Amino acid sequence: MTEKIRKRDGLIIFSEYEKFSGLKKALSLSQDDILFELKSSNLKGRGGAGFPISTKWMLTAAAQSSEKYVVCNADEGEPGTFKDRVLLKEMPYLIFEGMIIAGYTIGAKKGIVYLRGEYNYLVNPLNEFLDEMKNENLLGENILGKDFSFEIEIFSGHGAYVCGEETALLESLEGQRGEARNRPPFPVNRGYKGFPTTVNNVESLSTVPHIIMKGGSWYSQFGTEKSKGTKLISVSGDCEKPGVYEIEWGTSIYDLLELVKAENTKAVQVGGASGVCVNKSQFDRTIAYEDLSTGGSIMIFNESRNMLAILKNFMEFFVEESCGQCTPCRIGNQKLLAFVEKIIQNEQTFSELNKIKELAETMKIASKCGLGQSSPNPFLSILENFKEEIFDSNSRGKYEHV
Amino acid sequence: MSMYKKERTPISHQALFVEKPAHPEDIGGSVSVKINGKDLIVPMGTTILEACRMMGYHVPTLCHHEDLCIAGVCRVCVVEVDGMKPLQASCSFPIMAPISIKTSSPKVRKARQNVIDLLISEHKGECYSCVRNNNCELQSLSKEYGVESYPYGHRTETKHKIDNTSYSIVREMDKCVHCLRCVRTCIDLQEVGVLEAVGRGDETHVGTFMEKMMSDVVCINCGQCINRCPTGALHANDPRDMIWEAIDNPQKHVIIQTAPSPRAAIGEEFGLEPGTSLTGEMNTAMRKIGFDRVFDTNFAADLTILEEGTELLLRLYKKLVLNDENVQVPQFTSCCPGWVKFVEHFYPEIIPNLSTTKSPQQMFGAVLKTYYSEKSGIKPEDIVTVAVMPCSAKKYECNRPEMNSSGYKDIDFGLTTRELAQMIRESGIYLPELEKSEFDDPFGDASGAGLIFGATGGVMEAALRTVLELVTGKKIENLFENMDIKEVRGFEGIKTLQIPVTEVGEVPEILKHLVPDWNWLKGATIKVAVAHGTANAKKIIKNIKEGGEFAGYHFIEVMACPGGCIGGGGQPIPTNEKIRSQRAKAIYSEEKILNERKSHDNPKIKKIYSEFLTEGPCGHLSHKLLHTHYTVRGREFVN
Repeated sequence: MTEKIRKRDGLIIFSEYEKFSGLKKALSLSQDDILFELKSSNLKGRGGAGFPISTKWMLTAAAQSSEKYVVCNADEGEPGTFKDRVLLKEMPYLIFEGMIIAGYTIGAKKGIVYLRGEYNYLVNPLNEFLDEMKNENLLGENILGKDFSFEIEIFSGHGAYVCGEETALLESLEGQRGEARNRPPFPVNRGYKGFPTTVNNVESLSTVPHIIMKGGSWYSQFGTEKSKGTKLISVSGDCEKPGVYEIEWGTSIYDLLELVKAENTKAVQVGGASGVCVNKSQFDRTIAYEDLSTGGSIMIFNESRNMLAILKNFMEFFVEESCGQCTPCRIGNQKLLAFVEKIIQNEQTFSELNKIKELAETMKIASKCGLGQSSPNPFLSILENFKEEIFDSNSRGKYEHV
Repeated sequence: MSMYKKERTPISHQALFVEKPAHPEDIGGSVSVKINGKDLIVPMGTTILEACRMMGYHVPTLCHHEDLCIAGVCRVCVVEVDGMKPLQASCSFPIMAPISIKTSSPKVRKARQNVIDLLISEHKGECYSCVRNNNCELQSLSKEYGVESYPYGHRTETKHKIDNTSYSIVREMDKCVHCLRCVRTCIDLQEVGVLEAVGRGDETHVGTFMEKMMSDVVCINCGQCINRCPTGALHANDPRDMIWEAIDNPQKHVIIQTAPSPRAAIGEEFGLEPGTSLTGEMNTAMRKIGFDRVFDTNFAADLTILEEGTELLLRLYKKLVLNDENVQVPQFTSCCPGWVKFVEHFYPEIIPNLSTTKSPQQMFGAVLKTYYSEKSGIKPEDIVTVAVMPCSAKKYECNRPEMNSSGYKDIDFGLTTRELAQMIRESGIYLPELEKSEFDDPFGDASGAGLIFGATGGVMEAALRTVLELVTGKKIENLFENMDIKEVRGFEGIKTLQIPVTEVGEVPEILKHLVPDWNWLKGATIKVAVAHGTANAKKIIKNIKEGGEFAGYHFIEVMACPGGCIGGGGQPIPTNEKIRSQRAKAIYSEEKILNERKSHDNPKIKKIYSEFLTEGPCGHLSHKLLHTHYTVRGREFVN
């Protein structure tokens, strides 16, 4: 099945690679050399937030502690994202190599993969793969004869979207309710069980062995000035060739639509439910941290789709998936959804619209974690970019589900 | 807060804790912060909220509570930090590097306004009929932020049924604003764990295990959640209507007894500073309301000391001299019904260590419906006994089925300090301006030993004053200056004291039939401990089970509430450590000037043992009326 999902070879992650070569090379380097390569690569977190990996590792390495942890965030829950699944299924070695290199660099002895609950069927194959690695002395005590030991555990999540947020993920790992923590302290200082922890996305970790092999400066030649390298994207929706692609940062929406053979496209939702929705006039915008940032999800909607129905679907998602602890996210999303329902009934007023936009702005700055801070994105961008359709009940025709 | 900081607190609820050095500037442990343009140097790790308060800037809060670990969930206290795009919750943000903060920028005001509007939209606000009308933090916030309309709506429909199945605690979840203070109180402060956030998204709410009713969960009724609830979502089960009915019925002889703590706190309900004692005024008020007799629970506290002290000496005698294996030491106090239920649920195996003496409230009830009934010629069925207590658990205690050894319910109604204040207001009385009056005979004024029951360590101090005198024959003032046993006072979580018995005296007349002499105690060291808050009690129990030092102790006082009864779940709201210490101060300073400060010297106590309980403490009649037994409840077997 995944063969169909993965669309073609890519420049980096999907390029030719000899299994475990990155790991072997990394273990012959010093920690400082690894951090140097990562810093010169400018690799940023691929989960969406875009925090520089080298900084995260450096902070965790610098933290004084008897125990440290590497956590791989494989809770791929953003609607429309499935690129990590391809990596988990087809190239688990890249992920595990990345985790071991991380452990080696920061001084951790244990790594944990927080696997999305829905990917439960991958637990056994991943464990089998880990056993093989142990047999080959790529995991366990004194890896490849070095004075470095590392083990990896697979932990299955239980399906809460918020657990993709790194601190909620850590709470869930500890057996608590999946709720975001107060930050600071950050996980690099107090993470899993209170110990310094680096939490990295599957894709970020999978990139590391390639950077080790070919060098940070080689890596940084790809992409744009502020977004280096490539990005795995999961394309879904109205196109002929949906699937996972490795694209260079800076690719425009136009080029992407051409690549996946999409026609009559009306809207593209970049970044999943928490991303932004662009209209035709914005298709020259590029996929990059500095323009349209995405953790990997690209959803394409053609002219037959009803934007209001799409928006309602997104807001229903957030109403249900808010962890419920902080006021702006728990109640705010309900109010945004209620307003969408009002538009559907043609009962909205413009003063209400202004007030609700103000609420959306409050949610963006006052929510406790990234979930509530980004959940108003589709609401604001769809209302802004498709206002003719949304607010003209004649042009949008009869309301139907997507 | 450090005192209540719990190791098991989820990290999500912990701010970065940094030990603050005494002179941070000397070792580079301080950091500069700019608040609204003004500079301040603070120890590293100080939260923005603390820094703002140091500078006199008011930042509104809702989920924050000084007694509890950090939550950072309500987002009312957000402020703008330069260089950070999202606003930051000031309660949970530790200052570790120089930062510049704006506490009231347009962005901040707008966000706070919206957050408050959102909270109000989900709160089923029925201010007129709400027990917290005029003492509600959400109401205050809405006033502070000038809420004029409900831009996001205002809920009027019922979503959650009111749960009034518990004798003690009523939950009205439609008024809950999800500040999680009750959850943090129950799990982290008290380590009981009845309440927890359940569900997700719009279904998120504070619930119980399997959504059971409050009468069917392992709640110990301490009511600490009530004291920290910002709204009326949690309150005590109020028996006022039934008490008014009894008062208005000329057939009924309605007696009220008052515990020591309400008098030290009720002034707060009338706008007075915490720590203003209103004993005499309250007596007058209760008579004006229509109670036929006003008695001091301290009389029964003195009685408890005699019974419990004798029980302790008997236990030690049986254990150490007679080698009776059925006797368990240490003896734990049993006057706190929250603590008793805690043991019944979580540590039923230590029930044999609980003193069998009833609490003063219940003892008094039994005495009123027998001894007092005989003396006054009023039939017990016509006597209605009301107890004003600082406590919500006392409501449950008086409804325990075994509490009727006289053939009548010992205590008919438990009333909280807050509810008594309400009855006083309903009677058109302004309490602080009333003339003072005494307690009624035949019990009159009690000893100071009974009075200090209100603060943590008080029962222990009262017991020691009596037990040490009975054993040594020496005056307690010769052992402790001013007879103040300072080692057991104060708010430290667990206090200990070891007293060597160097010489012993004659066995007093009242105990002669129980113990032949005290020689076996000569040279012994009496070890006692005091814990307040069930989390601290848990530490002691665990220590005993592991065979630690407390296994060798003789007598341990436990009060379920932080601070003891003065911080009880029936006391005026709000509560914090400062308020509790002021209340304790009021009790100790009132006690200092009393003539009689030892339970066994109370003439009324001597009288009841000569007239009624003629077999002395722990005699047959005492056992029937003044002692009780406990129920193994466990965590699932609940009723």
